[in-house]
Amino acid sequence: MDEIELKTAPVDFRFPTTNQSRHCFTRYIEFHRCVASKGEEAGECDKFAKYYRSLCPGEWVDKWNEQRESGTFAGPL
Amino acid sequence: MILIERLFLTIALSDAAEPWQLGSQDAATPMMQGIMDLHHDIFFFLILILVFVSWMLVRALWHFHYQTNPIPQRIVHGTTIEILWTIFPSIILMFIAIPSFALLYSMDEVVVDPAITIKAIGHQWYRTYEYSDYNSSDEQSLTFDSYMIPEDDSELGQSRLLEVDNRVVVPAKTYIRIIITSADVLHSWAVPSLGVKCDAVPGRSNQTSILVQREGVYYGQCSEIRGTNHAFMPIVVEAVPRKEYGSWVSNLLIA
Repeated sequence: MDEIELKTAPVDFRFPTTNQSRHCFTRYIEFHRCVASKGEEAGECDKFAKYYRSLCPGEWVDKWNEQRESGTFAGPL
Repeated sequence: MILIERLFLTIALSDAAEPWQLGSQDAATPMMQGIMDLHHDIFFFLILILVFVSWMLVRALWHFHYQTNPIPQRIVHGTTIEILWTIFPSIILMFIAIPSFALLYSMDEVVVDPAITIKAIGHQWYRTYEYSDYNSSDEQSLTFDSYMIPEDDSELGQSRLLEVDNRVVVPAKTYIRIIITSADVLHSWAVPSLGVKCDAVPGRSNQTSILVQREGVYYGQCSEIRGTNHAFMPIVVEAVPRKEYGSWVSNLLIA
């Protein structure tokens, strides 16, 4: 069994508050902007995906994914 | 001294509430240690003031008893003593405030990069835990619900209304970020031994960080009692060595 790597989204000094909702939201947007500009295949965006998956409750991600598909997502993509 | 305490006084550290408990549970994080130290520091001033005030009170009652002192004194003003009893308490308050603020701000600060992120999501009436650091897609790979074990099902030795079916397993001696949120109503994620009490608010994700210093099982309860079953959604954190945490995660990922 290979060793599990203990690694997660780092501390981001743009979001020093207890409330981390914006941290998660920003990482989600950063990922999708990155994919939009560099394409899915580029590995550069994977870290943003890892970050938002660590920070966002799964329910939120599902909701945002649905909204993006139906074109009602509120964030700047 | 510590050796004597370990050998004779403390048989097991208390990480859950016990009957007729008056003090805090034993600290397992630096934060809780800080909270307890502050409590003891403040208690020092508290006892001083209590003794002083009681002494003044008893003394006044004794000396100005109506039988020994039938004619009351008519002093209504004393500048010196008024200055003294204003300045002196403010200095005491300052001595209490300095360590209190230092602790408060150090609790908020998240400086060290955490090694894992755990999301604790409150539901009516259970908790969901998401370990999403190991996901490779938006599909959740490691998530589970944690329900209280009902009174009828609990086994001998288990704490009543405190044990859950799925415990939160965390590595000890590791910086952990906990993201607390709720899917329906206000909840709270509180574990006394870890010095954590954080409200779970729908639509908002609160962050707190812990560093569990010793392996053990820590019990806590919902601390936002605003509905019928908040009392029946306890929190159980199990701190294990890093290696065991690794194998726990890989077992769940395979399953």
